[in-house]
Amino acid sequence: MPASPILMQGNEAVAEGAIAAGARFFAGYPITPSTEIAETLSRRMPEVGGSFLQMEDEIASIAAVCGASLAGQKAFTATSGPGFSLMQEMIGFAEMAQIPCVIVDVMRGGPSTGLPTEPSQGDVMQARWGTHGEHSVIALVPSSVYECYTLTVAAFNLAEQYRTPVIVLSDALIGHMREAVTLPEPGSLRIAERGIPDCEPGEYDTVMSDLDNILPRPPLGSAFRVHVTGLVYNRRTDAPETGDPEVAGDLGRYLREKIYHHRDAIARVEEYEMKDAEVAIFAYGSVARSAKAVVKWARARDVPVGLVRPITLWPFPTLAVDRMAEQVRTVIVPEMNLKQMSWEVQAAVSGRAKVVDFGRVDGKLITPTQIEELVRAEFYYHDWSKS
Amino acid sequence: MSALIDEQRIESPPESDYKLPRINPHKTSEIVPWLRTPKTIWCPGCSNGTITRALIDAILGLELDAEKVVIVAGIGCSGRIAQYLEYSTVHAAHGRALAVATGVKVADPSLRVVVAMGDGDCSAIGGNHFIHAARRNIDLTALIFNNSIYGMTGGQMSPTTHTGDKSTTSVHGNVEAAFDLSELAHAAGATFVARGTAWAYRQLVSVIAGGIAHKGFAAVEAMAACPVYYGRFNLTADPAEFLKGQKEHAVPASKFEEGESRLHEQYPVGLLHHGERAEFVTSLARVREEAQEALRG
Repeated sequence: MPASPILMQGNEAVAEGAIAAGARFFAGYPITPSTEIAETLSRRMPEVGGSFLQMEDEIASIAAVCGASLAGQKAFTATSGPGFSLMQEMIGFAEMAQIPCVIVDVMRGGPSTGLPTEPSQGDVMQARWGTHGEHSVIALVPSSVYECYTLTVAAFNLAEQYRTPVIVLSDALIGHMREAVTLPEPGSLRIAERGIPDCEPGEYDTVMSDLDNILPRPPLGSAFRVHVTGLVYNRRTDAPETGDPEVAGDLGRYLREKIYHHRDAIARVEEYEMKDAEVAIFAYGSVARSAKAVVKWARARDVPVGLVRPITLWPFPTLAVDRMAEQVRTVIVPEMNLKQMSWEVQAAVSGRAKVVDFGRVDGKLITPTQIEELVRAEFYYHDWSKS
Repeated sequence: MSALIDEQRIESPPESDYKLPRINPHKTSEIVPWLRTPKTIWCPGCSNGTITRALIDAILGLELDAEKVVIVAGIGCSGRIAQYLEYSTVHAAHGRALAVATGVKVADPSLRVVVAMGDGDCSAIGGNHFIHAARRNIDLTALIFNNSIYGMTGGQMSPTTHTGDKSTTSVHGNVEAAFDLSELAHAAGATFVARGTAWAYRQLVSVIAGGIAHKGFAAVEAMAACPVYYGRFNLTADPAEFLKGQKEHAVPASKFEEGESRLHEQYPVGLLHHGERAEFVTSLARVREEAQEALRG
């Protein structure tokens, strides 16, 4: 019997997706508009044999997540803008020490306390560059309640596969929205498990990950007696080594390349009505919902508009953007910030098409009407009175 | 005095019930296998090597399964202990060792987790994590290397630098008051609090072992000599003289009278507080069982 649809909130879907992905440790701190994730897990984690911790702040939350992951559990936290800012320190530790974990950021208006109950997309660059130093990152952007579930599962899989923190960028609209969803059958999901390296503890110092074979790290409290550090370390021995430029350079490049090398495999993009599109709307997250409505509106009027919706925002989906740049004359980039991704699109499009940005930072969703106006301007010769 | 409200008051067992473990120091040949390297970055005269040895002695003396020992350290001179010890080790971020260790212990309660921190690491940048780990009474051992100074960055004042002391950031004398870390831990709800010195090695091993064996949050304050920075600016740059000073200042807890001037002049050593109350990881396990039971109906 197929599962029947249930009414679910985006934040609840994140919590259930994490459990389905095998997460058994959550540590967080209350913050609007992400709090329902913690509230749901306060009930659910003990029920599934996991642990729910409310820590003293967001720094402690992500630190505890790092610790739990190092001890072998799939672990995650959820927060919003101000908490995401606080977490950057330990996200950097997780990047450096290559600790699989998931951070859900339900974006709200900022900077600072900002607009706690209103949606925003102002953290997309913080997700990329928030922690100091050279690093790579994976960030996924759900645009529906269903995707809150499936992308949280995907985030845990990517975290394990690439031994890295993965960020899920939801927002106040997606997080608080309720939709009828039919969740995937539990057995139908691909779940990546951690494993341990295929070697004896004594040989551990002789095995080393490379870009195409990222080895798991054995958990703390095993015969491998691992050392985990935030200092620059030798990739073969895991021992800190800060005096050798070659070692530091090797690690720095590896940390970046282990994601970038695989960016086409990681990148997920929805291309909607793009086959003959002359104008593309590049939109992600909640704004992509308005954008899709506009594409449908335009297509009903025989106006060739398509949607490119990055599901993976980082690494930036360069292949899809390349395709788009070769095909269309204009890319419209509506986003709930001022030009954060539009700059990135402009750099990738590199003059091959016109890039029109439209930003909103008043806490209100970009409406289909607002995007329609931008489309009308691109098709000024179209006889709009006929439709 | 504990700062916890009534329902989690610390129950003190009868006086005669508890004694710190007595451990005979092990031979150097028994200690060395638990070090990853013979080299450290610590200055000549630093107490950190003594405290590191005392920790190994305590672990050996308690006959712990070495595979299950995890050391989580912060950043600073003391933090380097993580890379020197041959156990599972984490060299975490500055101030965050206790928060990382909380995740480690909850994720795998079978692990024996010792959290090594300096005084600034523990009570300045990590102060919030310190009081909350104590409040939760999570089964961790906080081993605090208290040298009253930030040594790694070159001698700046810390929350345990005494009023009037000189440092590179209190050039005219420190105007702030110093924390008594053991009393802070007790007030915040730690159920085991003890202090040792680098001078009295056997006692140091004993208080560390007591902390590790204790089921609950244990704060073990190891008074450390930093002749190079703290001593040079204040007491003495001579390591031996510095340690003799510890001998004069340290008073057995049983003989220590309240109201005497503390820390700079005299401070109690040995077991300072010992009690029992609900331990965090055990409580989480109980909640888990109850929730699953309720689900089964």
